Amino acid sequence: MSRPRRTNFRPKNTHILKKSRISKKLQVPKKPRERKNPESQRSLSGAQDPFPGPAPVPVDVVQKFCRIDKSKKLPRCRSKTRNRLKVAETEEEETSVTAARSELLLAEEPGFLEGEDGEDTAKILQADIVEAVDIASAAKHFDLNLRQFGPYRVNYSRTGRHLAFGGRRGHVAALDWVTKKLMCEINVMEAVRDIRFLHSEALLAVAQNRWLYIYDNQGIELHCIRRCDRVTRLEFLPFHFLLATASETGFLTYLDVSVGKIVAALNARAGRLDVMTQNPYNAVIHLGHSNGTVSLWSPAVKEPLVKILCHRGGVRAVAVDSTGTYMATSGLDHQLKIFDLRGTYQPLRARTLPQGAGHLAFSQRGLLAAGMGDVVNIWAGHGKASLPSLEQPYLTHRLSGPVHGLQFCPFEDVLGLGHSGGITSMLVPGSAEPNFDGLESNPYRSRKQRQEWEVKALLEKVPAELICLDPRALAEVDVISLEQKKKERIERLGYDPEAKTPFQPKPKQKGRSSTASLVKRKRKVMDKEHRDKVRQSLEQQQQQQEQQQQQQHKQEKAKPMRARPSALDRFVR
Amino acid sequence: MKVKMLSRNPDTYVRETKLDLQKVPRNYDPTLHPFEVPREYVRALNATKLERVFAKPFLASLDGHRDGVNCLAKHPKSLATVLSGACDGEVKIWNLSQRKCIRTIQAHEGFVRGICTRFCGTSFFTTVYTGIDHHWKEPLFATCGQQVDIWDEQKTNPICSMTWGFDSISSVKFNPIETFLLGSCASDRNIVLYDMRQATPLKKVILDMRTNTICWNPMEAFIFTAANEDYNLYTFDMRALDTPVMVHMDHVSAVLDVDYSPTGKEFVSASFDKSIRIFPVARSQSREVYHTKRMQHVICVKWTSDNKYIMCGSDEMNIRLWKANASEKLGVLTSREKAAKDYNQKLKEKFQHYPHIKRISRHRHLPKSIYSQIQEQRIMKEARRRKEVNRLKHSKPGSVSIVSKKKKHIVAVVK
Repeated sequence: MSRPRRTNFRPKNTHILKKSRISKKLQVPKKPRERKNPESQRSLSGAQDPFPGPAPVPVDVVQKFCRIDKSKKLPRCRSKTRNRLKVAETEEEETSVTAARSELLLAEEPGFLEGEDGEDTAKILQADIVEAVDIASAAKHFDLNLRQFGPYRVNYSRTGRHLAFGGRRGHVAALDWVTKKLMCEINVMEAVRDIRFLHSEALLAVAQNRWLYIYDNQGIELHCIRRCDRVTRLEFLPFHFLLATASETGFLTYLDVSVGKIVAALNARAGRLDVMTQNPYNAVIHLGHSNGTVSLWSPAVKEPLVKILCHRGGVRAVAVDSTGTYMATSGLDHQLKIFDLRGTYQPLRARTLPQGAGHLAFSQRGLLAAGMGDVVNIWAGHGKASLPSLEQPYLTHRLSGPVHGLQFCPFEDVLGLGHSGGITSMLVPGSAEPNFDGLESNPYRSRKQRQEWEVKALLEKVPAELICLDPRALAEVDVISLEQKKKERIERLGYDPEAKTPFQPKPKQKGRSSTASLVKRKRKVMDKEHRDKVRQSLEQQQQQQEQQQQQQHKQEKAKPMRARPSALDRFVR
Repeated sequence: MKVKMLSRNPDTYVRETKLDLQKVPRNYDPTLHPFEVPREYVRALNATKLERVFAKPFLASLDGHRDGVNCLAKHPKSLATVLSGACDGEVKIWNLSQRKCIRTIQAHEGFVRGICTRFCGTSFFTTVYTGIDHHWKEPLFATCGQQVDIWDEQKTNPICSMTWGFDSISSVKFNPIETFLLGSCASDRNIVLYDMRQATPLKKVILDMRTNTICWNPMEAFIFTAANEDYNLYTFDMRALDTPVMVHMDHVSAVLDVDYSPTGKEFVSASFDKSIRIFPVARSQSREVYHTKRMQHVICVKWTSDNKYIMCGSDEMNIRLWKANASEKLGVLTSREKAAKDYNQKLKEKFQHYPHIKRISRHRHLPKSIYSQIQEQRIMKEARRRKEVNRLKHSKPGSVSIVSKKKKHIVAVVK
């Protein structure tokens, strides 16, 4: 009794060796999967699919997820590399289509504000918006009247849930502004120039009159960093755990808050540093100077990466949008300009303001807010991350005192303003990204989620040396230069095969190594090398001549043959 | 005026009870995930470092033999059973999961030279002066000595004898896929391939130095690897024996045994320098080296059929059990662990060419003897190469033939 024969069973995780020279079996041609014609595809009821084929996906959404820059030409590479790159490109197309389809799952829609019948949205007051909107959103608008302790600077934490503010006369407070729960409120008994949350709401950095202090969110002073003295502005780079400080002494200092070390102290050589912002796309620090230039800094480089001449007078405020495409600057010449940061550093928009804007901020969806005295103007573009048109403001608001700080809240339609009368939270419909990513910054995270996130963020902290203008520089195809190849070859072999060690004649016995004979032997070798070189160059010349002759022959042949030489030929040009 | 503010209902973002899972909404927009490439690079660096931290391949040492272990054989049906033959004629059957010897048999009075199991797993064969290998499907086995004999299990005389040349043959191996093919290694530096159906030798290739043993690739029918005395391993394609497919150079002393992984993508080699190395078939450098202070000259090595473990028998009477992937976590993994492992694997693969990561993943600690031997041999190779280059440069063009590095070791192929 014969057992049934087992068919060839190949386990799943094996694959044929690419290098194996498989014998050419008879290839049974694979039948291509026949696309069912729309007419032939009928269900039992006889109805046809009204939308045959896969669902269409908008092209701009697919484009958003594409990362390969197809316009860049790659250097000549081997066919294996070229095939791998082609496979990577097709994979990227497929995955970007799938990611674009997954946008369907996003739950929230952005806000909007539209005027009816040609109504100017700029004339709409906050009070009207508060009336027209639901209770929860209306509660997001509040005014804290704090006249006693001086003009305030504000900062929202990265998730947008917590707000910290510091007054010029030393009042520092941190609260959860959504539930209005106060975390801490202290007076540091010194002038406070700037305040920033560090990576989470647990730590606060306060730039006080003399030095930089780090506080817990309960108000306990943790560190006093004396190397950062007379700091005017603070910026926290969240993915590098770096706190950048700009001081009156003209130094830009980077402090690594995870390790507690000063990574770089760069002398900007431009006098007092008053204007600073970060580019959230590539973690480059923008400094504005009194000669109208904006310089871009990275901790790895001692000199500025780029210097842009922006204004005729001094630069008063700089802001960069979240995608790192546009930079808005305002100067003492009452101009507000928007520059293109990717590619040409040219101004795209410009506008003259009646009063210079001392503070600028971009929102997540590309709205630009400018604080000019006690008036705040907000400009909007069309759609997310588009260039705001500076013609007509989207919203305006008048405060009780001059503005000293403004920031859009990360995932809420709110603009936080610090002024000399206290803090105001202003409603700006459509300013925030509606769908956050739970693993990056989640405003609703629990304590455990925050702890896990903090550990993971610390583990993947990017080293400061990798900060450069293009954050995708690491992913570029490495074009190995000729010199690099030579160096690697020398390393691999252990010696330089092309190095010409000067010829040392071997010392001989029996009087054969007198000076004259040594010189003669050296001359012999030198002459031989010289002859080789000459021979080579002669050969090259010969080859060139031959090529030229061949070309000439070809040209002559290409000319049409004349029938008969005539007397008038000498007049032909 | 038409106005709508972004307002989220906290109930959709916060879980109801402590027993529910946390809600994590995802948005894959690249603007919400800045610094993708540097963060992935740091993750890949961490994954590589952790791989080195968790690289603890040594599992167990099986103790019990009273003389050096000469040969090992795998049980074809049971993963946990292994047979070993020692130099005093003892054969022991081990259970790997309990790490104990189940049975000891005094099979011979001399060296147990060869041991092999029958394909059904019910019996095994041992020999004293010759090598032995059993057919993968039929009740036949082959021995080698002065000639290669094919025996039927029931009969007392060999069915056929094949010979080519006048020297003794040290080992014979059946091809697991094309089961009528045999390969053997003789002491006059050649490897001979035989066809059992026609009862004749097919081809032979003569190398520079003697081959100790060969092993057929269990996935590719025509590829076999030869472990040679000149410290190298040669992977040949049976159809074109004039150049080896790959020359694997990393050992610093004679290679004594070689065995393929069941996937056919890697093999392990045991060498007289007290180490075992794992080579990928397509590369000439080893990906891993295992050594211990207590392990002396390794005579035999086997890769278990579940692709996870490597056993080696050495001169000092011990059989050692190692992991094939040094940093692998054994046992059942949860789905999160599997996902993390796959992600880390892909990251390491993607960033493997970056210099810092390459340096960390290639780094292995070597015992001083092997390390100093490597340096010495590198200097010797450099000197030889330099002399060859000079010879080429200073002789009449065309008088000195340039032989490729691979072909250099082959003397002749005879049909």
